[in-house]
Amino acid sequence: MTTPGGDGVPIASNDDVVRVRQLVRAAAAAAGMSLVDQTKIVTAASELARNTFVHGGGGSARVESVVNARGRAGVRLVFTDSGGGIPDVAQALTEGWTSGGGLGLGLPGARRLADEFELETEVGRGTTVTVTKWTR
Amino acid sequence: MERVPILKIGQVLLVSIQVDLQDQTVLALQEDLADRIVRTGARGVIIDITAVDIVDSFIGRMFATIASMSRLMDAETVVVGMRPAVAITLVELGLSLGGVRTALDLEKGMRLLGAPLPTIGSGAVDGP
Repeated sequence: MTTPGGDGVPIASNDDVVRVRQLVRAAAAAAGMSLVDQTKIVTAASELARNTFVHGGGGSARVESVVNARGRAGVRLVFTDSGGGIPDVAQALTEGWTSGGGLGLGLPGARRLADEFELETEVGRGTTVTVTKWTR
Repeated sequence: MERVPILKIGQVLLVSIQVDLQDQTVLALQEDLADRIVRTGARGVIIDITAVDIVDSFIGRMFATIASMSRLMDAETVVVGMRPAVAITLVELGLSLGGVRTALDLEKGMRLLGAPLPTIGSGAVDGP
């Protein structure tokens, strides 16, 4: 399942963050993930969607169903914004460091909850975070 | 934006979260609770998350904030009903919820606060 439109669903409000969580939940259940793994990927999605909205000034989320070479199903999430980008990636991935009023668990937490994590960012151009979780 | 209702049972305020929490709802709940604690003189707050299927760092921080805020107003907070999958995820996320008391369910939460449990009908015996 890929979310319709190709570009994904917009993240332009707090309601959209909730909507993304629901989409990810449905995709994770469809992939046959355990309840714990569903909860982990939905929580990661919540952190990343909030980052996209709060730090990236809004953007979009793409929810994809994927299958790896060994036939294992999974869910891949791509969060994109065209905000200010992250000047210091190492710092942003450090636990407890926060640029806003959060706990500094958003990015490092999402990385831990997913199986694969990829971060592309350019100052002044925006940020794309891709996470994947596979069924066990 | 939805608002989470706050119920009063004796000296305890009960918040049972039944909606998908978005950030504004969480912030409104903090304010509503602080206001209700002052107006009612409640000594305890129970946040029931039985129906909550994810707790992320923002929602987790809300629990900690509500707990310290109510403590300043002489009320204890207990979070009850956390699902196993949510607990496992919180640990992996790195959120310890330090300072927040938790109980397995509503009944144990009420006991923890020393709140009397309701008995229904005359002669009803509620365990030891």
